[in-house]
Amino acid sequence: MSTVATQQIDEIKSTPWSGGRSPFEAEYGKIMMWFFLLSDAFTFSSLLISYGALRFSSAAWPAPSLVFQSIPGMVDKGQPLVFVGLMTLILILSSVTMVLAVEAGHRNSKKEVVKFMIFTIIGGFMFLGCQALEWTHLHTEGFWWGHIPNKETLEEFFKHGVPLLQQQHSSQQFANLFFTITGFHGFHVFSGVIINIIITLNVLAGTYERRGSYLMVEKIGLYWHFVDLVWVFVFTFFYLV
Amino acid sequence: MSSEITNVHTDEAGHHGEHETMTKKRIYQVLYILLGITAVEFIIALVLAPHQIVPQVLVNPIYIILTLFKAFYIVAYFMHLKFEKIGFALAIILPILFIIGLILVLTNESHYWIDLRKTILG
Repeated sequence: MSTVATQQIDEIKSTPWSGGRSPFEAEYGKIMMWFFLLSDAFTFSSLLISYGALRFSSAAWPAPSLVFQSIPGMVDKGQPLVFVGLMTLILILSSVTMVLAVEAGHRNSKKEVVKFMIFTIIGGFMFLGCQALEWTHLHTEGFWWGHIPNKETLEEFFKHGVPLLQQQHSSQQFANLFFTITGFHGFHVFSGVIINIIITLNVLAGTYERRGSYLMVEKIGLYWHFVDLVWVFVFTFFYLV
Repeated sequence: MSSEITNVHTDEAGHHGEHETMTKKRIYQVLYILLGITAVEFIIALVLAPHQIVPQVLVNPIYIILTLFKAFYIVAYFMHLKFEKIGFALAIILPILFIIGLILVLTNESHYWIDLRKTILG
């Protein structure tokens, strides 16, 4: 009789939402990382939607294929999308090495985790380097927060027949939005690289080996993929559309 | 019964035998999909759109749909959300829908702005 009673109680307690366990079967830190990324997604989408609203409300906008057509240090003109394609490739590949590091962590293979984390960090630095070149290129053309190129240079970025006032007006908005949004994204990449380095040092020190789980690698992995995810949207809305 | 409950507590990563997870093969599959979609975007931007093979009105919607596909593959597979509990996946996905509201409000507003500018500036 009593055994039946305890069994019933146990059965009630074993449902996911009856307390005493995580209903999501995920660790607290991982859930909190997801919710942080959710809030970050709101921040980035606010920035990108403001960009969209300002662009929609302008009669003209500098054409991406005319603004971004150089490969800094190599070709000055006529190669739209090539350089940003390289940046996209670097970031996607570093996302892959990150997920390979997570996969190695599931197998508790410290050596492989370190290897793939180092690849990811190198990818992050390469992306930041490319972005520095891109910013320098635009800056030498005359774009900056609150600054636009002179009349002659500006004309090259528009299809024909746009009045100068409109060119100046929308170019200024373009410059401010471009540097703010790619800057905020680049800041995320930079913090990601720093956190990746810290986590790699911890892996080398054997912290997660002693803990018995490489879950921290998974959590920073989530952040790193999110950075890649944001870039996918920045790439579409600044360089393609 | 109790051993199963404690199992959930100690198994930090929340991975169980019956859970699907990312294998190396699948990681590379997702990589090829992402690179493939990006390649399609490049072909549209560099070849199809300049030669008017794809109508101009369709180009931007196509970019956005392809971007959403890429976002799905990154979130579902790289970020592993497809293999989490459905309740958790919804807790992350549903709030994202609020963003659609902001998009609708601000696109509507921007059309008003452009009309206003035309009226004032002539």
